[in-house]
Amino acid sequence: MVRVLLFGRLADVAGWRERTLDPAPGTLAELRRRIATDHAALAEALKARGVQAAVNKAIVRGDVALAPGAEVAFLPPMSGG
Amino acid sequence: MTVRLQAEPFEAGALLTAFCAGRAETGAVVSFTGLARATAGAVAALELEAYPGFTDAEIERIAKAARVRFSLQDLLIVHRVGRIAPGEAIVFVATAASHRRAAFEAADHLMDYLKSRAPFWKREHGPDGARWIEPTERDMADAARWD
Repeated sequence: MVRVLLFGRLADVAGWRERTLDPAPGTLAELRRRIATDHAALAEALKARGVQAAVNKAIVRGDVALAPGAEVAFLPPMSGG
Repeated sequence: MTVRLQAEPFEAGALLTAFCAGRAETGAVVSFTGLARATAGAVAALELEAYPGFTDAEIERIAKAARVRFSLQDLLIVHRVGRIAPGEAIVFVATAASHRRAAFEAADHLMDYLKSRAPFWKREHGPDGARWIEPTERDMADAARWD
């Protein structure tokens, strides 16, 4: 099981904020494919410039392996307070 | 050093009074209070989204670096999250140092960071619906002064 969180406008595009994937995807790339397969607009939004991914609350770049129970968050450009 | 994100409103005067209490070796406390601003009634409310456990950790990292960089004795950051009405306080920063220059500069530095780079996602609710806001060129330039 992997938990996926969307923030800011990404949640608006997807129509959801939090989702659990079970069986768990083994990599971030596989997770991207799974959540975007049936949602072209979300697939585009996740690829947009400045959108970062965090695994277990740490920013990651490129593809990474996901351990069971991982929390993956997609973060649009941060706006400051 | 304290960093706190909270949904509830806060009273800046009370925070400042508590922050100043019992400081025999502090020569200077500088505080800044940011209010949610509306342009001629155009914005009904501001909404700030944070990622709990990530946003606070990131702000704490910057706060620790500022404490070292400006030789602060202490600092306090309180930031609202959730829905904030125009005129309500949204952020409070207080810095304590031996002398005023460091306290002023540290507060200025922390606010530039919080306004442009802190991991929040900001949405304005107005008469025409809601829209997500990204940092302005001015916010970016202000923050770049400290790089």
